[in-house]
Amino acid sequence: MTNNAVVPLHDEQDVVRARQAVRIRMEELKFSLVDQTKMITAASELARNAVIHGGGGQMGIEVLVNGARTGVRLTFEDNGPGIADLALAMTDGWTSGGGLGMGLPGTKRLVNDFHIESAPGQGTRIVIARWK
Amino acid sequence: MERIPILRMGNCLLITIQVDMHDRLALALQDDLTAKIYATGAKGVLIDISALEIVDSFMGRMIANMSAMSTILDAQTIVVGMRPAVAITLVELGLELPGVQTALDVERGMHMLRSSLARKR
Repeated sequence: MTNNAVVPLHDEQDVVRARQAVRIRMEELKFSLVDQTKMITAASELARNAVIHGGGGQMGIEVLVNGARTGVRLTFEDNGPGIADLALAMTDGWTSGGGLGMGLPGTKRLVNDFHIESAPGQGTRIVIARWK
Repeated sequence: MERIPILRMGNCLLITIQVDMHDRLALALQDDLTAKIYATGAKGVLIDISALEIVDSFMGRMIANMSAMSTILDAQTIVVGMRPAVAITLVELGLELPGVQTALDVERGMHMLRSSLARKR
């Protein structure tokens, strides 16, 4: 089992590939079905954001071991326009258009750790993790 | 381009989504479904999502849209077969699919459609 992998995110097929890569890793680590479903859904949201709003990027997958706990960490990076107002983007119901406004705050609820860095012109980097 | 098949059963349409849908496929299904309702005059639609391992906000919106579009084309739509883990995830995501009628499986969904269509007659 390789510990780290990177999935390029350039089109909607890559969003499907990202979901599949996360599913395989979560299954290998024997996460519960609900944990798997939440993490794959979170990955799908963020991968689509990177493709649609970020103009493409990549997703990194890492397996984390912290004492007896095992986790999966996903890092999404794009070089898109970035997000000017992070607090606003993290508000339920807010949308840049086309979505339901569930994207970022909804995704945050599906994972244990959520960290976002973004600034106009600097792209966006989001790191999420789910622990068993 | 691949397409998701829409089957006709009497005055109802049955869609079984069996692939990990990419976004364009979901959009094509929306077009195909509305065209098929228009062409056949179908009064009911069952969308079986039992094979879907996840439903994210995009797919959730597609499902809600298809349900709304079919309804205004006078075809009652029922989404069937959602997996428990998908239901848990959707609610935490904040997507409760308001206005979407659901049933546990195809059989129960078909029963719901038939009895509600019979009442309308």
